[in-house]
Amino acid sequence: MSEVKKFLYVNRKAPYGTIYALEALEVVLIGAAFDQDVSLAFLDDGVFQLAKGQNTKGVGIKNFSPTFRALGDYEVTKLYVEKESLDERGLTLDDLLAVTYEDEDDDYEEKPSIRLVSRAEMADLMSTQDVILSF
Amino acid sequence: MAAYEVNGTTVEHDEEGYITNLSEWSKELAEIIAKAEEVDMNEEHWEVVNFLRDYYEEYQIAPAVRVLIKAVKKTMGPEKGSNKYMYELFPYGPAKQACKIAGLPKPTGCI
Repeated sequence: MSEVKKFLYVNRKAPYGTIYALEALEVVLIGAAFDQDVSLAFLDDGVFQLAKGQNTKGVGIKNFSPTFRALGDYEVTKLYVEKESLDERGLTLDDLLAVTYEDEDDDYEEKPSIRLVSRAEMADLMSTQDVILSF
Repeated sequence: MAAYEVNGTTVEHDEEGYITNLSEWSKELAEIIAKAEEVDMNEEHWEVVNFLRDYYEEYQIAPAVRVLIKAVKKTMGPEKGSNKYMYELFPYGPAKQACKIAGLPKPTGCI
């Protein structure tokens, strides 16, 4: 087994105007099989991907937002959301999906996966990664 | 495109046998797909197929094998949530074969 690398998947685009958001999520799910240290970042319009109550009937595309709640099953437990991006769009943490995971090291307690970070903290997070994939 | 035949109607499937329109699934169709896969459906097979359909309904994905087994372990207990049990029911891969019978897409993250 080779060394574990830190992977960060950066999501910057709204969920349905382009295919980027869905493709990023699929890459994360596939990549989860490789036992790496995986984090997701949501900034700019990417924060809309995690918005609650998405309804895609009008655009005729599958609403894939429920899949974010399955990430915990894939042991992807770190979803960093940039506070400034939320603020600029009039959103708060309460507008986002409740994404959780069960902490195996803490008696399987259910914990939130979404972590709110500032723009400066996001920059620090990026600087500590081995691989950054931007979508 | 190839298709299954169920009570006189046809249900299209892709080259690997996964149905293309998920809403066309029925229990009768599941039996027909199972027969093509040489799986003799009993209550235990149905339990897994129904579990997968519920999982898809909630999360909009067909889980990878290891995720499926972990989730089954949680809700149905360690005896059923094991590789051995699952592969006995679905010899060609629980996620792949059971998903096909359940009328779901090929599992995401199944490599």
